[in-house]
Amino acid sequence: MITSIRNSWFFNIRGDLLAGLVVALALIPEAIAFSIIAGVDPKVGLYASFCIAVVIAFVGGRPGMISAATGAMALLMITLVKEHGLQYLLAATLLTGVLQIAAGYLQLGSLMRFVSRSVVTGFVNALAILIFLAQLPELDPTTPGVGWPVYALTAAGLAIIYLFPYLTRAIPSPLVTIVVLTAITLLFGIEVRTVGDMGELPDTLPLFLWPQVPLTWETLAIIFPYALSMAVVGLLESLMTATIVDDLTDTRSDKNRECKGQGVANITAGLFGGMAGCAMIGQSVINVKSGGRGRLSTLTAGLLLLLMVVFAGDWVAQIPMAALVAVMIMVSIGTFSWESLRNLRRHPPSSSIVMVVTVVVVVTTHNLAFGVLAGVLLAALFFANKVGQYQYARSQISDAGHHRTYQIVGQIFFASADKFIDFFDFKEVLERVTIDLTQAHFWDITAVTALDKVVLKFRREGTAVELIGLNEASATIVDRFTVHQRSDTVDNLLNH
Amino acid sequence: MSDVIACIDGTSLSTAVSDAAAWAALRLDAPLQLLHVLDRAESPTPHDLSGSIGFDSRELLLQELAALDEKRGKIALEQGRLMLEAAAARAVADGVTAPQQRQRHGDLIETLVEQEQSTRLLVMGKHDHHLHRHIGSRLESVVRTLHAPILVTPPTFQPPQRVMIAFDGSTTSRKAVDRVAGSPLLRGLPVHLVMVAADTPAHHNQLAWARHTLEANEVSVTTALVPGEVERALCDYRQQQGVDLMVMGAYGHSVIRRFLVGSTTTNMIRDATIPVLLLR
Repeated sequence: MITSIRNSWFFNIRGDLLAGLVVALALIPEAIAFSIIAGVDPKVGLYASFCIAVVIAFVGGRPGMISAATGAMALLMITLVKEHGLQYLLAATLLTGVLQIAAGYLQLGSLMRFVSRSVVTGFVNALAILIFLAQLPELDPTTPGVGWPVYALTAAGLAIIYLFPYLTRAIPSPLVTIVVLTAITLLFGIEVRTVGDMGELPDTLPLFLWPQVPLTWETLAIIFPYALSMAVVGLLESLMTATIVDDLTDTRSDKNRECKGQGVANITAGLFGGMAGCAMIGQSVINVKSGGRGRLSTLTAGLLLLLMVVFAGDWVAQIPMAALVAVMIMVSIGTFSWESLRNLRRHPPSSSIVMVVTVVVVVTTHNLAFGVLAGVLLAALFFANKVGQYQYARSQISDAGHHRTYQIVGQIFFASADKFIDFFDFKEVLERVTIDLTQAHFWDITAVTALDKVVLKFRREGTAVELIGLNEASATIVDRFTVHQRSDTVDNLLNH
Repeated sequence: MSDVIACIDGTSLSTAVSDAAAWAALRLDAPLQLLHVLDRAESPTPHDLSGSIGFDSRELLLQELAALDEKRGKIALEQGRLMLEAAAARAVADGVTAPQQRQRHGDLIETLVEQEQSTRLLVMGKHDHHLHRHIGSRLESVVRTLHAPILVTPPTFQPPQRVMIAFDGSTTSRKAVDRVAGSPLLRGLPVHLVMVAADTPAHHNQLAWARHTLEANEVSVTTALVPGEVERALCDYRQQQGVDLMVMGAYGHSVIRRFLVGSTTTNMIRDATIPVLLLR
C-alpha cells in the first residue's frame, strides 16, 4: 500500500513540482478564456480548474494527466448559460458527474475501442479549430475596444511564446508573454480590454454551494441533454488524452477508474461553483514535456493555480485579453495534428474521409459528440464495406451440363448479401445445384435470408438444391462470441 | 516448484546472492535461475519548462521520449547481461552446472509473481542501508506478496554450519518446522530450536512437538526456551551459539498490525548479519 502510494505520488517529486508549476501558469489563462467562451465569470472556470485538478489527482486513473475546465466542455454549455443562467450550469455539471460515474461502473470506457485512430485525429483537429475560432471575437474589429493595439499585442505575444524558448527553456514562455504584455499596457497606458473587464475573479477559496435550482422534472428536462453531451465529450477527451499520455510515458492507465474519477471531479466542481471540465490534451502534453509524471504534478497544478489567482487577483485582472488570445492560439496550434494534413494523401481515402467528416461535423455543430458519432458510424460503414469485399465464388459444371457446383468463399452479412445472390445464374437450365458453403461465413439474418432466397429461386426453376457445410458456415451467427475466443474454435471457424 | 531463483540487481550484493543461490541449488539439487528485472527507471527526462507547445509537439515529444528510452533501455539491457554473465560465472565456479540466465522487463514483484509456480526458493540480497530503488527496500513487499520460501543474504555469504529456528508455536512457525524437517536444504546441519516465551508446560509441549518432528527426520536438535523480549533474546542466542543461518515464519500478522506495532520479521531481517530463511 505504502509502496503503491510512493509509486504513483512520490517517485518524481522534483519533476512533478516543477511541471505542476508550469502547468498552473498555463492553466490560468486557459481557465479564464474557457469561462469567457462559456459566458460565465472567470472565477467559475478558475474554481472548476482548481477542484477538478485537485480531485482528479487522487481519484483519476491516469497519473500525470491534467484535467481542468476545458474548451470542449465550455462550447457545449454556451446556450444553457445564455438561456438559463449559471445555476443551471452548476446543476448540469453535477448531473454530468453522475452520468460519468455511471459510465465508469458500466465499464463504458471499453467502448473507446470503437473510436478509430482517424476519429481521434478528427476530434483533436476539430477541438483545435474550435479553440481558435473562439478567440476570433477578441480580434473582431467591430467589437468595442479592439483596434490595432490589440493586433500588435497579440502578435508580440505569439512572437514571445515561440521565440523565447530559444533564449531559455527554464521559464515558461506563456508566462513571460503575459507578464511582458501586462507591463507594456500598464506602462504606456494602452486602453485595451483586460481580464478584469470580463467578469469577477476569485477573491476567496471556493465555497460549498448547492446549485439554486428548483428540484423538478422541468429542471431535469432542461439540464439533461446538456449533461449528456458534456458527459460524453468529457469522457471522450479524457480517454483520448489518457491514451496520448500512455503512449508518451509508455505506461498504462486504468480507463474505467478515469471515467469514475472524472465524474467525482465534476460533481466536486459543481458543488463549489465551478463549471464542468475534463482532461486537457495540450496541458497534459505540456506536463509530460516539463517532466511531470505522477499524481503530484496534477495536484500541484491545481493548488498553485488557485493560490496564485487568489493572492494575485488584482494583477490577474490587469492582464490584457490580447495576451490570453496569444496563449490560446498557441494551445490551438499545439493541439492540432499537423501531421494529419500530410497524412491526408498517404492514408487510404476512407480513413481521410472519416477524419475530415469528424472535423466538419464538429465545426458546424460546435458539438464534439456529434462529430465523433458521425466519424464512428462512417468508419463502421467503411469497414463493413471492406470486409464485404472478401467474398468470391467458383462454380463447376458436371454431369453433362446438368449439375453445377457453386463454391462460396468469404464473409456474408448485410453489406454483402446482394453480392452473394448475384453470384448465381438462375437462368441456366440445370437439374441439380450443389452450393458448397464450407468456406463461407454467415454473420447475420440478412445473410440467411439471402441464402433462402437463392434456394427458393432455384426450386422455382425446377432445380434441386443441395447445401454443403451450412452448419459450419452459420456458426458465426450465434451471438455468444465467447465460444469463438478459444483459439481452437477460431481456427476451426477460419479453416472449415 | 523446481527452480532456485536468484535476484541479481547489479550492486555489490550480487556476488553474495549468486553464492547463496549456488549453495541452495546444490543442496536442493535444483536448477538455478539467475534473474535480472529491468525495471523502467522512472527517471525524469531533461526538463523543458518552456510550457509552450508548437507544431506537432505531441508527435515530436513522443519521438524524443521514445528515443531517450531506447538509448537507456539498450544500456540497461547490456549492463544487465554483463551482470548475469558475471553471476553465472561465479555460480559455475561454485559448482553449479549450467545456471539459466533470464532477463525480464517490468516490475520486480510482478515478474516474481508470474513465475511463482516454478519457484522453489527465492534468493535475495539485503542492503545495509535501505537504498532507494534497489532490491533491499522492496524486500518487504516481495516477502509479503510471494508465498515461496525466500533466502535473504547479507552482503557476504558463507555456507551455514549451524541453523536456528525461531519458533513461537504459531501456525506459521509450525509450518516452518515441518518444511525444514522435510527439505534437503538444511539436511545434516545441527538445528537450534529457540522459543522466546515464558517457562510454562504448554510452551514445553509445543517445543517437544517441534523437536519430535525434526528428530523424526534425523535432524540433530537442540531446544531452548528463553524468556525476554523476542528480538533481543533471539539476537543474543544467535551470538552465544554462533548460529549462522536463521529460519523463521514470515509475516504472521496483518499489514495493519505491522503499521501499529511493527513487525518482528522486518526487524529481524533488518538487524540480522547472517542469512535468514523466510517460510510462509
